[in-house]
Amino acid sequence: MLRFILQRLLLLPLLLFVFSVVVFLLVQAPPGDFLTSYLATLASSGSSVDQAQVDALTKQFGLDQPFHVQYIRWMEGLGRGDLGLSLEYQRPNMELIGERLLLTVLLALFAFVFTWVIAIPAGIYSATHQNSILDYVFTLLNYIGVATPNFMLALILMWVAFSSFGVSVTGLFSREYEQAPWSLARFIDLLQHIWLPMIILGIAGTARLMRVMRANLLDELNKPYVVAARARGLSEWRLVLKYPVRLAINPLVSTIGWYLPQLFSGSLIVATVMNLPNIGPMLLRALVQQDMYLAGSILLIYCFLTIIGTLISDILLAWLDPRIRMENA
Amino acid sequence: MREPMANANPVVLPLDQVVKSVAEERVSVASNWKLVWWRFRKHHLALFSAGVLILFYLVVLVPDFFATYDPEATDAKLSFIPIQGIHLLDGARISPWAPAIVGKRNAVTLKMEWQVDATKQVPLHLFVRGYPYKVLGIFETDIHLFGSGSQDADAKVFLLGTDRLGRDQWSRLMYGTRTSMTVGLVAVALSVVLGVVLGGVSGYFGGWLDLIIQRLIELLQSLPTIPIWLAMTAALPQDWRPDQVFLAITIILALVGWTTLGREVRGRFLSLREEDFVLAAELAGCSRWRIITRHMVPAFMSHIIATSTLAIPVMIINETSLSFLGLGIRPPAISWGVLLQEAQNLQTIALAPWLLIPGLFVILAVLAFNIVGDGLRDAADPYGH
Amino acid sequence: MNHATPLLSVHNLQVQFFMDEGIVQAVDGVSFDVFPRQVFGIVGESGCGKSVTMKAILQILEPPGRIVKGEILLNRNGSTIDLAKLNPNGKEMRDIRGAQIALIPQEPMSSFSPVHTVGDQIIEAIRLHQPVHARAARQIALEMFRDVGIPMPEQRLDEYAWQLSGGLRQRAMIAMALSCHPRLLIADEPTTAIDVTTQAQILRLLRKLQEEHHTAIIFITHDLGVIAQMADYVQVMYLGLVMEEGPVDAIFHAPKHPYTQALLRSIPSVHSTPRVNLPTISGSIPHPFNRPSGCPFHPRCPQFIAGKCDKHIPPLRSVGGVQAAACVLYHDVEVPR
Repeated sequence: MLRFILQRLLLLPLLLFVFSVVVFLLVQAPPGDFLTSYLATLASSGSSVDQAQVDALTKQFGLDQPFHVQYIRWMEGLGRGDLGLSLEYQRPNMELIGERLLLTVLLALFAFVFTWVIAIPAGIYSATHQNSILDYVFTLLNYIGVATPNFMLALILMWVAFSSFGVSVTGLFSREYEQAPWSLARFIDLLQHIWLPMIILGIAGTARLMRVMRANLLDELNKPYVVAARARGLSEWRLVLKYPVRLAINPLVSTIGWYLPQLFSGSLIVATVMNLPNIGPMLLRALVQQDMYLAGSILLIYCFLTIIGTLISDILLAWLDPRIRMENA
Repeated sequence: MREPMANANPVVLPLDQVVKSVAEERVSVASNWKLVWWRFRKHHLALFSAGVLILFYLVVLVPDFFATYDPEATDAKLSFIPIQGIHLLDGARISPWAPAIVGKRNAVTLKMEWQVDATKQVPLHLFVRGYPYKVLGIFETDIHLFGSGSQDADAKVFLLGTDRLGRDQWSRLMYGTRTSMTVGLVAVALSVVLGVVLGGVSGYFGGWLDLIIQRLIELLQSLPTIPIWLAMTAALPQDWRPDQVFLAITIILALVGWTTLGREVRGRFLSLREEDFVLAAELAGCSRWRIITRHMVPAFMSHIIATSTLAIPVMIINETSLSFLGLGIRPPAISWGVLLQEAQNLQTIALAPWLLIPGLFVILAVLAFNIVGDGLRDAADPYGH
Repeated sequence: MNHATPLLSVHNLQVQFFMDEGIVQAVDGVSFDVFPRQVFGIVGESGCGKSVTMKAILQILEPPGRIVKGEILLNRNGSTIDLAKLNPNGKEMRDIRGAQIALIPQEPMSSFSPVHTVGDQIIEAIRLHQPVHARAARQIALEMFRDVGIPMPEQRLDEYAWQLSGGLRQRAMIAMALSCHPRLLIADEPTTAIDVTTQAQILRLLRKLQEEHHTAIIFITHDLGVIAQMADYVQVMYLGLVMEEGPVDAIFHAPKHPYTQALLRSIPSVHSTPRVNLPTISGSIPHPFNRPSGCPFHPRCPQFIAGKCDKHIPPLRSVGGVQAAACVLYHDVEVPR
């Protein structure tokens, strides 16, 4: 078990290295670089371009260097924990990303908890009350939940909130807390705003999880160990919760491995629509502006979060299922 | 629990033995595809959804026939016209018509405000003449399924309203349907080819090839899909033609999407390789190629079709999301995502909520695909879950 | 022994499964008495209703199965209760399950949860029916493990079912079933999933424990050899109906019903002629939706009498003093049912 986790941890730097190359290739791929698009904007607005300044920028960011030199420069910075400077903002990327990263992870975790808290009980209810009215209602909601792209859901809910209550449910903070330092009041303000993005982000996953939970539990409910437990006089609820639910949840734990990463990167779209201070909208802008070190850093962070998500699910799975735990012992 | 039965000795359901034996014989000689179809047919909702999908793909074939106006035609004077609503009956007679709309400029906000004038009726007809177009790029015609048949500004009928530039949303939706439904289909087809070839090679030959392909799949699967998609599409040159972008987007979607299918195919190959019928074919002297194409692939083909059907809606959602963010299909090409871009900010939605209607098409199409896919999966694999 | 009051007495039990395709009559009017310390055997091919009968007694039939008629009378301290009238999920029924009537299931492997230790599940059973603390319950479980001959019981208690061998698993199951000293044990094909050598050990163990604990056993199996070894009294079932019943010697030495006779002919024996094919029962078990009219065995019966067997279901009547058979060969039926 320990060896298994260690193995995964040792693999982590290697994976990150491969990803960093892929990411850097991607952000370098568009023709031209940040300066060409920057100069084009300047020229179109009629501002004069100081050639000396352009040369200085080119030199500072090594834009005239070949690919591998630029990559090594970036990597050297990363090694020191320095994500480099943003070309557009002329500020350290770390500073730009900092709080947005925290909010990205926070939103994903909220959506994750929401998903499990809703999906598991509903799935248990559906399976134990198969073909009841509520079971059909859940099934219908599941289909719709999976079929609705989350930006669409965000648009609809924003419109409903706006047209019936006249409120604009965007952002994660009220205006007065946007730039304020962290405090309890700011956190409470965050909680008042985060619930709607949380639901929007989590709804498709909730529908999926509920469906899988229902199907798994239905399978488990017919297993001989359930009959055996019933035959020794266990009450129906205790029995269902202790045995089949436990076994039905086990395979779901492995879905965390792709669900958490999906939440991290899925929040990108919701954040853009709802104007949330996430790393998503920032990545979008950096990509369009060819702010390559910023885009690269954010992409690498997404990769890192994805790997972490998978690792968490592997560990949880081994911890929950004695069959896997013993195998790797 | 123990209510007395009306008949103390209830009759056990009698089955007509003659009919049964004929049916049994029919079942035992039917091909696998027939069996799948028979099982699928019992699933009424899936059958209905399949009908919906056929309608969608009819639109894909001839969007112009279903469109009422040229989707590119702009008219600033006609912007943000709301849905007029169609009335099917004129008195007691079946004769569909739409109320005319009258615009008045608000003196304060200087915005056009549209009112429905129910006293003026614009009659709707089937098979009317409109703008000319080519059917499947072959022959030219100007017949459209329905419309007012008049180019007169007063007699225009905008079924689903107009957008910011006064373009007819219904007609644009027909075009968007073509793009979005095609992207999904083509991207999945590409993934299937990639998945089956690589997964098959990996599963059948094993060894170092398997090792490399497995690592590649793992690598691709641990990439964060949406950000990587965005980065890839952002890297597409700005000056590419819409059809080039379309192709590129499709390939990008497929490149990341084939891994799940590849894994599945590999697993199937691994288990099939141990099956007796494969051994029997080997002993009978079949070539490797023949064993794969004639014995193994048909054994899981129906399963692959079900899985691909379930993959299409995912691709459609992804395309829509990318285009919505401005990094997928680009205007002047029209897709559902491009249409929804018009509804990106709250002010516009509040002013013209009908611009959200393309989203309903997305939901409808995805729903239909999911239901059909589930039905197919149950029909293809009745013992699985 | 037959003069004592029966421990469990089943009268005219009928169980039906209400399926979309129609109603399946899984058990059709089965009656029997089980006396204290008796081993009561039920034999039949798969699908004959023997397992359904067992589940009906414990009231653990899964929907769409339901007891539609009949009584299941359990004698408890002189008073009798009708289990069929109890709420299947009610407290009263749950107190009987495991404590009064315990089950030894068919597949010991899948009858233990794979993610809970064996000990966890046994201690749970003990604490459900006995007012003891966890530690005392563990002591009881250890005792039981020793009783059923599990080596290193302390260690086995904390293992998972899939870590034990097939024989040990079934021993653990038996330990669990006996842990609350039930007066009736239902063994549902307890040795089917085990290899033959272990099978014999398990059967010997069951016999021994039955004598020590004074329990009665309902022993369900399709294996006539096992029944001959274990049971005192035997009931032969076919498609939900009792074909024949009687003391084990009578059934094996003087079978009356053509079905019982056919079953016995198909067992290999040291006395059978070498190099001769074993006789088999022609045809196969009909589909439950397609139950033949009259005697359900008539399409496969070598002594089929047209116009009689396919018209009436013969009732179970005494034949030759000790046993009873449901066959027109012994009792011509006058009343059409």
